[in-house]
Parts: sequence; C-alpha cells; structure tokens
Amino acid sequence: MKIHEYQAKELLKGYNIPVSKGRVAETVEEAVSAANVMGPFPFVVKAQVHAGGRGKSGGIRRVNNTSELRATASEMLGKRLVTPQTGIEGIPIDRILVEEALDIVKEVYAGITIDRSKACATLLMSPEGGIEIESVAAASPEKIFVETIDPCIGLRGFQVGRICYRLELDQSFLNKASDIIMNLYQLFMEKDCSLAEINPLVTTERGELIALDAKITFDDNALFRHPDVSVLRDYRQENSLEVEASKYNLNYIKLKGNVGCMVNGAGLAMATMDLIKYVGAEPANFLDVGGGATSRMITEGIRILLSDKEVKVIFINIFGGILRCDTLATGLVDAARAFGITMPVVVRLEGTNVEKGRAILETSGFRFAIAEGMGQAALLVAEEISQLNQG
Amino acid sequence: MSIIIDNRTMVIIQGITGNEGMFHTRQMREYGTKISAGVTPGKGGQEFESIPIFNTMKEAVAASGANASAIFVPPPYAADAILEAVEAGIKTIICLTEGIPTLDMVLVKRYMKDKDAVLIGPNSPGIISPGKCKIGVMAGYIHKEGRVGIISRSGTLTYEVVHQLTGQGIGQSTCVGIGGDPIIGLRYVDLLRMFEEDEETNAIVMIGEIGGSAEEDAARYFQKCMKKPVVSFIAGVTAPIGRRMGHAGAIVDGRVGDASIKIRALEDAGIIVVKNPAEIGHTVKSVLAG
Repeated sequence: MKIHEYQAKELLKGYNIPVSKGRVAETVEEAVSAANVMGPFPFVVKAQVHAGGRGKSGGIRRVNNTSELRATASEMLGKRLVTPQTGIEGIPIDRILVEEALDIVKEVYAGITIDRSKACATLLMSPEGGIEIESVAAASPEKIFVETIDPCIGLRGFQVGRICYRLELDQSFLNKASDIIMNLYQLFMEKDCSLAEINPLVTTERGELIALDAKITFDDNALFRHPDVSVLRDYRQENSLEVEASKYNLNYIKLKGNVGCMVNGAGLAMATMDLIKYVGAEPANFLDVGGGATSRMITEGIRILLSDKEVKVIFINIFGGILRCDTLATGLVDAARAFGITMPVVVRLEGTNVEKGRAILETSGFRFAIAEGMGQAALLVAEEISQLNQG
Repeated sequence: MSIIIDNRTMVIIQGITGNEGMFHTRQMREYGTKISAGVTPGKGGQEFESIPIFNTMKEAVAASGANASAIFVPPPYAADAILEAVEAGIKTIICLTEGIPTLDMVLVKRYMKDKDAVLIGPNSPGIISPGKCKIGVMAGYIHKEGRVGIISRSGTLTYEVVHQLTGQGIGQSTCVGIGGDPIIGLRYVDLLRMFEEDEETNAIVMIGEIGGSAEEDAARYFQKCMKKPVVSFIAGVTAPIGRRMGHAGAIVDGRVGDASIKIRALEDAGIIVVKNPAEIGHTVKSVLAG
C-alpha cells in the first residue's frame, strides 16, 4: 500500500526524523493561510499524488509571493498530474503540500527495503541523492552502498557508521545521520514496510539534516496488524474499477488494450495477457478471479470488464480446480442476460466439470465461442479483433 | 524416483479442521497420500475422518512418525506453524497459506538457515509426485507419472502446463509450486539441482514470472552446473511497471523483475524459452525427441 508524501513525513516525525516544515492544503485559501502561518516566502508547492517523477512533470514548483502561490495552487488542485509513472490519464491532485524552501548544500539517498534473494531487510545509501535510485544504479552503481541486515541482531551501529562515512557528508552530520537511519529502520520494522525511503536527505546552510522527500510503502499482507496504517489509504489515487473489483475479492488491473480478459490464478492471467499480445491483440486488463470464485463473483467480474468502454472482445480462460467450470458458466450466462452482452465472447474451459460447463454455455441461447485449448482461443480472439478493425 | 516426496512420505496436516484443511485432506487422501495426523490447537483428542488430531506438532510427530507437513493455517499464524514444524523435527514442510507478512518470513528463513528441513512456499499450490504422493491443492487427475520435472511460481499456470504435457503423452516426475511470495523456501536453483541429480527426471520445465531475480539466478546455475535440458516460460511480458500482479512477489520494481530481462538471461544461458504459453507442451515434446 502506498501513502502520500505528507503522510510519510508525519510518520517520520513520529520517529524523531527531522522533516521539512510544511502544511497540507486542499483549497487555494488553505494554501495561502498555510503560507501566512509559516512565515516569509519563498515556498515550494508539491502535488500530493501516489507517483514519482513529479518534479519533471510540473508537480513541484517554487513560489515567491502570494499571487504565484495562488496561481500554482489553483493550477494544481482538482487537476490530474501526468508523470512518466502514471500513464496518460494521470492521477488526481486533491491536496498540495506547501513547504519551506531550504538552502540545500548536499543531497543524499537513504532507503530500506527487502532483499528477496538474501531474504532480509537491506539498507541502501548513496551520496547521489535527489534522483531516482534506479537511475543511480544504472549510471553509477559504485555510488550505491549496501548493508545487509541480519534479522537476529537487527541493524547495528557499526553498519550505519560504516555506510554514513561514505556519503561525502561533513563530519558534523555523521551522528545525526546515524540517528536518522536507526529511526528509519525502527519505523520499517514496526510498521511492516516494504520500502522506507528518504530521497533526498539534505544538509542545509543552517547546518540541519532534513528529510526533504519521503516515500513509504507497506506490505499489504501485514496490514491486518496495523489499523493505524490502513486508514492512510487514499482510494482516490487508485483506479475506481480496481477499487470496485477489490470489494468482490477480484484482482483487477486496468491496461490499455481492447481485449477484456477474465482468468483464474495470477500466473495464468499474466500468461493469458501475454498470449493476447503474442497473437497481435492488446489486453484491456488483468483480472484474476482467484481459486474459489462463486458465480456471483464471475458476474461482477464481467460487469467490471464491461464498464471499461475500450473493451471490444471478451476472453475467458479458466482452468477449473476448486473453481468448477459449471460455476463459471452459470455466472457467465447470468451476466450475459443481466448486461445484454453483444460483443464476442471467447471461452476456454478446462478442468473440473468441464462438460457440464460447456453444456450450460451451449444451451444458453447466447453466442459464446468455445475454444479447445488456450492457443485456439487466442486465435479466435485475434480473428474477432481483426474483423473489428476491418469493419 | 522423484524429488522431495514419494510413497514413503507421511504427512501431518496443520490446520486440519479449517475449511481448506478439511477439503484438501480428503482430496489428498483420495489421491493416495499417506496422512497420519492433524494438528489444530484446542482440538487434540478429536478425529477428522479417523485421522487423529493433536494440539501440538511435537505430540503429532511423536505419535505418528510423520516426516512431512502441509500448512493450511490462516496468515497471522502461519509463520508460527512453519517454525513449530521445524522445531518438531519435520524435514519437508509445504506451506499453502497465502498472505503471510514478509517480515514474518524473514525470521522464518533465518531460523531455518542451519536446520536440515526444507520449506516449499508459502503461497504455494503444493507439490506432487504423480502416482506416489500429492501434498497440495492441485487436481490430481491432470497429472501422469513420467520423467519431466516442473518448477513454478504459480498455480493454475502450472496446471495448464501439466495439462499440455499430459495431452502430449508426457508424464511428470515431480511438480513443485515454489510459491508466489517475495520470500520463499526452496527456490528455482535448489530444485534445479535436485532434478539434475534425480535419475528419473530427463528434462525440466521452469515456469517463471515477473518480480525479483530468482530466474536470473537459475540461468546462472543452469549454465554452470546442468546437463539436462530446461524449457522455460516467463509470464508477465505485458505487465505494467510498479503494479503487483496478483502474487505478492509479481511486481516490476524499477528495472528489477522485468520479464524481458529474465528471458534474455535464460536464453543467454542456453535455456529454451517458449514465448507462446500455448506451445509449452509441444516444445517439451520436441526437446525430448531431439
């Protein structure tokens, strides 16, 4: 689960990590009064969205007086920000963060994440702060320093010291930097984070060490033990169809194509998307109905597929196990009846009760194209799409 | 032969009285798996369809002499169930539970480092040595005894591959679902080694997906240590960056976990990578013939 920058900074503050002074605003007036409370201009206005790449996309701007602040705030609030990470539709800016403009001397990177192959948490730091760590990794990997954290003993002082010496920071900042990293580690562990990142951590003319931007994501599997974290979720930053789908325990992700697909199991769902692409069409979504879907879930899944207006052909690929093929067929026929499906539907069924499932589809009165195997199904889908393109 | 489980495997079901536990205990027993005990805290002394239930793993192991366990315990308690199985001396632990917190698994992996027990999963569909033993939730009837090993991170995609193989008349020695989580027990490399050493496995199918770099590790291992052919498919070529595709572990983070990078690593190492998932069965057939 992702949270906003301002929420991440609140969390950091709770762990005694100094953050830049700022106030959140949902309206232009709130932004102006935030500036008045905080003192003299200039300020930095930051769009609060769940995506990186804000700086280059006009989501972070410096303002020197009230009229610039008003103009910037009204330009951002209520609009959608498009960054390289959001897709062309962008995501809504419901809040902005008005922050003090700091006199920055040096920017470094600090992040804690999980190293899968070592199966433990790992601390990453770099003297190249303020840019995405992936770009540093690509351009100058020798500038990224790593400390692997043994869960038996946790992150130790000597490790933090060792890594901080290499950050090209003035000696006077080393103790402060160590404290910040230790506190960040404590936050990471106590809140079950999957990423806790301060980028950049900056030194200022005034001799401070401050978290200027922060990104924290949480392990979805651990949210059950962190009700205080769960409430930070901002559904408006997520695709509304995806949120809708999750209410029915469906796992839906919107993509750009026009072949709506419904599959059971995440791996098979990805393979089905890949297959659609392989035969020259484009998947409109990822939709995993899971192992134990009911016919109601199938019907709701179809409804969600159909609410995406780009969808022109539906491809259903089910390998029945616990989810029986007759359950799938019943849900599908119900949906066809309820929503008056007119577009082509290609169905591939295999596994438990496959004969029953096919019989239900064949006698339903609807024109379902029933395929033998996923290869044939994909070819049928490709045919339908090319007919659409010609017609 | 087969790897990890065979007809001498005796299983304890942890969480035998839950819905999933009950359903799959029946299915496994029907397939021929020897299930000698169940564990549900607070239900010791009862029975489930004549299988004795114990409060603790220690008691269950002492009474039954089992050497394997299957975990159907809800996510908040599943890590504890794995630790309890290891501590009780179980050597083969299969964790089916989906949704275990990652930091719980960090501790489990650390604890198991110097133990001689193996863990499959979590978030795994299980493992099957066709005709001998099934510990998991896969449908037994799609499998066929034979000489191809399968390693996969996903469930239904594995069934699809098994179905394609069986349809071509190709049987399987052992099929292992290693699980879709970021931190898991046995990884591709461990299983490739076991299959390479298994006299009754002639070829291996490795089903990968986006996320992490375990497939790249497997590619290096193959190049260095293996003689048997490996056919691979990587799911998620069309997956968008930064989105979790169902499995907790299936996410492209920056450039890490990207399908095209994995495919290149595998091909460079000499592994045959199938691009069309409908062609996996055919490809294995031609590899075995050639």
